[in-house]
Amino acid sequence: MIIILIKRILLAIPVLLAVASITFFLVRLAPGGPFDAEKTVSPQVLKNLNEAYNLNAPLAEQYFDYMSGIIVGDFGPSFRFPGRSVSEMIMTGLPVTFELAIYSILIALILGIFSGVIAALKRNTIFDYLPMSIAMIGICVPTFLLGPLLVLIFGINLELLPVSGWGQLPGDKILPSITLGFAYAAYIARLGRGGMLEVLNQDFIRTARSKGLSETQVVVKHAMQGGLIPVVSFLGPAIAGLLAGSFVVETIFQIPGLGRFYVEAAFNRDYTMILGTTIFFSFMIVMFNLMSDLLALWLNPRSRES
Amino acid sequence: MENHSSSLWSDAFNRLLSNKAAVTGAIILIILIFLALFAPLIAPYPYAYQNLDLGASPPSVDHLLGTDILGRDLLSRILYGARVSLMVGFIATAVALVIGVSWGLIAGYFGGRVDNIMMRIVDVLYGLPFIIFIILLMVIFGRNLWLLFCAIGAVEWLTMARIVRGQVLTLKNQEFVLAAQAMGVNNITMFKRHLLPNILGPIAVYATLTIPQVMLLESFLSFLGLGIQPPMSSWGTLIKDGVETMEEFSWLLIFPGITFTITLFALNFFGDGLRDALDPKTSDH
Amino acid sequence: MSKRIYQFFLIFILTACSQTEAPVDTGLITKTFHWGNGTEPQGIDPHIVTGVPEHHVLQSLCEGLTSSNPKGGESLPGAASSWTISEDGKIYTFYLQENGKWSNGDPVTADDFVWSWKRILTASLGSQYPDMLYYVKNASEYHNQEIDDFNLVGVKAIDELTLEVELNNPTPFFLGLLSHYSTWPVHKNTVLRYGAVDDRNGEWTRPGNFVCNGPFNLKSWELNKKIIVEKNPLYWDSKTVDLNEIHYYPVQNVMTEDRMFRAGQLHNTSTLPSNKCPVYIEDGNPNLKIDPYMGTYFYRFNTLNPALQDVRVRKALAYSIDRKKITEKVTKCGQIPAYSFTPPGSNNYFPKTEIPYDVELAKNLLKEAGYDSGSEFPVLEILFNTNEDHRKIALAIQQMWQENLGISVELVNQDWKVYLNREMIGDFQVSRAGWIGDYEDPNTFLDTLRPNRGNNKTGWENPVYDKLIKQANSTIDQKERYKLLNEAEQLLIDEMPIAPIYTYVRVYQLHEDVKGWYPNILDHHHPKYIRLQRD
Repeated sequence: MIIILIKRILLAIPVLLAVASITFFLVRLAPGGPFDAEKTVSPQVLKNLNEAYNLNAPLAEQYFDYMSGIIVGDFGPSFRFPGRSVSEMIMTGLPVTFELAIYSILIALILGIFSGVIAALKRNTIFDYLPMSIAMIGICVPTFLLGPLLVLIFGINLELLPVSGWGQLPGDKILPSITLGFAYAAYIARLGRGGMLEVLNQDFIRTARSKGLSETQVVVKHAMQGGLIPVVSFLGPAIAGLLAGSFVVETIFQIPGLGRFYVEAAFNRDYTMILGTTIFFSFMIVMFNLMSDLLALWLNPRSRES
Repeated sequence: MENHSSSLWSDAFNRLLSNKAAVTGAIILIILIFLALFAPLIAPYPYAYQNLDLGASPPSVDHLLGTDILGRDLLSRILYGARVSLMVGFIATAVALVIGVSWGLIAGYFGGRVDNIMMRIVDVLYGLPFIIFIILLMVIFGRNLWLLFCAIGAVEWLTMARIVRGQVLTLKNQEFVLAAQAMGVNNITMFKRHLLPNILGPIAVYATLTIPQVMLLESFLSFLGLGIQPPMSSWGTLIKDGVETMEEFSWLLIFPGITFTITLFALNFFGDGLRDALDPKTSDH
Repeated sequence: MSKRIYQFFLIFILTACSQTEAPVDTGLITKTFHWGNGTEPQGIDPHIVTGVPEHHVLQSLCEGLTSSNPKGGESLPGAASSWTISEDGKIYTFYLQENGKWSNGDPVTADDFVWSWKRILTASLGSQYPDMLYYVKNASEYHNQEIDDFNLVGVKAIDELTLEVELNNPTPFFLGLLSHYSTWPVHKNTVLRYGAVDDRNGEWTRPGNFVCNGPFNLKSWELNKKIIVEKNPLYWDSKTVDLNEIHYYPVQNVMTEDRMFRAGQLHNTSTLPSNKCPVYIEDGNPNLKIDPYMGTYFYRFNTLNPALQDVRVRKALAYSIDRKKITEKVTKCGQIPAYSFTPPGSNNYFPKTEIPYDVELAKNLLKEAGYDSGSEFPVLEILFNTNEDHRKIALAIQQMWQENLGISVELVNQDWKVYLNREMIGDFQVSRAGWIGDYEDPNTFLDTLRPNRGNNKTGWENPVYDKLIKQANSTIDQKERYKLLNEAEQLLIDEMPIAPIYTYVRVYQLHEDVKGWYPNILDHHHPKYIRLQRD
């Protein structure tokens, strides 16, 4: 297992470098620069601005400057926010997005596992279709529809929960987490249902049932451990996906997370910020994939024996 | 041999039919595709036709589903929107299929170093935050419809490649493959006649489940302002517009929203049903 | 035992369901204003930033020589308590407030202003707004590095509290200019402690480091979350200031902002979702504000493009836009059809130009230009940036040109930066544009269409126009001046490099508790006059 770990980490490095390079050149291709504004700047001023950020240097030089900076963890200053460095901004947004991702995953797990297990037990009946339908709301209703709808009902009409923000008013973390959690509940439900169905057909389950154990015991103690392995494997990519895909929810609920930073940076041509967040997201994805693969390997009783 | 495989298929078909949700889904899809194909004939108004004096109006005799702020007929726009959204879904998925299946076939069948390199590449690409790249691409290169297809397709082919490769690896050691090899069948024929038909099942399942993901992704891009150019619109843009006028003109959200959601449910249930039907492990005995 | 559980349950339900006090309610007691501020400000260095959200925050932190009058009109004293103007209108002498202080206790001196203006005119700083000061003698030459001795620039400290400014020409709107933040002072020692004079990335603007001379101090800044400023007791006019704190929220999504306001989380919004406007008007919503605003929404013609080179074509296009229909049926929020480039009413200036809505005339003009029918005319492209309102207007105009002239029109919607870039390099035919006045004088509009102005972007260069504006800027008598400006305005309508569409209105929501807030044509609502009071 250690060998796999090391191999994967070694693989990650060229991946990240490749990501950085591709993004670097991609971003420079974009029409419209960071200093284009409605009140046009005179060519003289533009030249000064570009000087200040080393944008007049030949592309190759800028590239090497940037890459050597990354290796020591320096992502440069943000173009859009003078006086702030990209790393600083990432560190401000990351904990928020991460917290949102964790809460959302929890809700997705609760909803998804519950639906998936029941659906597996009562296959092809209404108790299969109904829980699965509820779980599937997240992948059939866009979050930018679900979110405002929930806000309308719970925030404005019933006045139970705040309409926006994160950590500013009590209860403002509830609606965004639910909205985002729904998006992943479906996948978890599916995986759970599939995994459970596979396990439930196996001999040792029949044995347990014939021994007279209650259905609950059979399900919870025996079936779920194996049946939910696919769910565990999915967690890694899910969290990574959440980190990158949270921007819709962050925009609707005014959450100062990394997803929103990224989208704004893209629209503002804040080169360094775009690069910094992209590399960072890639890093997160690689890490989480690795962790969840390891976790799945460890949980799988067969591989543990070997 | 022939009998064996056709009874496998008919087994699967029967399982599919017994899945009521999947059947309902299939029926809905067929109706939808029909409506989308014949939209220009069915739609009462051209989708771009504005009636500024009318403005937004609730459902009426003239406009069965109401009109939007510029007086455009909602029913017509939903019908035309169906074409766009379904087209995006199908074409992008097709792009993903072509790339993914070819990739998986080659990697799985040839094995060895070829397989290693090809799957390493897949691993590398898997680690990229794709939504990030799509946003960047759309921002940089503008909202070109074909770019949209390719960009979305380029995101989804990875899983397909992995699945196909996995299937090919299992098939590789079966008798009929070894027999064909012994007979000296060339690679193309091997792929076309022997391997492909046997992995059609998982491909069909995956494709059916990818289409709704693609449609959802397109709607997110519309939300950010990176989707289809006006005056054409997809369901995604209709819903986004509807959300903004959710309280004043609720019909602008309800009708596109319900249509979109039902379509996605149908696709998902059908795809799940297909998967259940084709996967012997999850069948009841 | 079960009784305890029941009690606990009850309390839980009650606290969960009871509405926590809304921020506007607690704000009334603590005198905290919750300000909906649009995009996250780039920063608070007045010599570097460029936007409106930045202005809102800066006006609470720093103060220039003059302060804009909340009710509009003549400038009020700011850092300068009074001033005199020489006969020829070229020399301004400012007498600074005797008890003017920086937030750290240092006195505000004339040298501070000299140093600050030197800073913004230092080329390596890369300021995007130096042209406010170009009216000062030798300022543009210094900024363009044609001279390198700042002593030649027309700003001098006569003594500690007296500042003398020499202009190139008698510029009648100079005092109004001074309410723009690019002319405001910065605290020299603070700036230099954290970086060089031209260091854009210095940390002097961080909470805890920041020092300025305005009614409030920077308390905290959580990126993308909230900026908090608190009352500055050392401000020379702090007795007028009623608020204790202002919280600025960067809310970009207009729907979210509207919901936040309705949930009592904001005292004001930066804008309004356009579809809510007619609804709120009909409901008689008391929080809805529609104020006159010094801005024009217009379409720019690329006069260098072969299809648009002929004046008659441009006039035909302009004459076939039904402006009334657009403001009544599309924007629907009290906007006013515009028949001149400069909005009427700023500083008593009322342009006399007219643009008819005359389809027959337009068709004839098109024929004269050589196009018997619209189908002979090449396909026209309208460029605009991603925005609901721009889209709706473009769609409406597309339909008008199609119906009235038979011309095929394509809509090209690009994201903000691409749109700006394409306009800048002239890669467009017709583009949507808007201009908001920087100060209350028609020059802020008419100046932009002079030759060689970066904001011109139409390729239209008319020496007669240029001369008229130049002459007007040196004319002290307002009647004379306005006559010249009107001639220039008429020239614009005769040549039509731009087609005005409507005059902006400032649409937003304001909570009933807010007092001391007046409709202001430049949308300047100075926080030092704002009070919170519930009737």
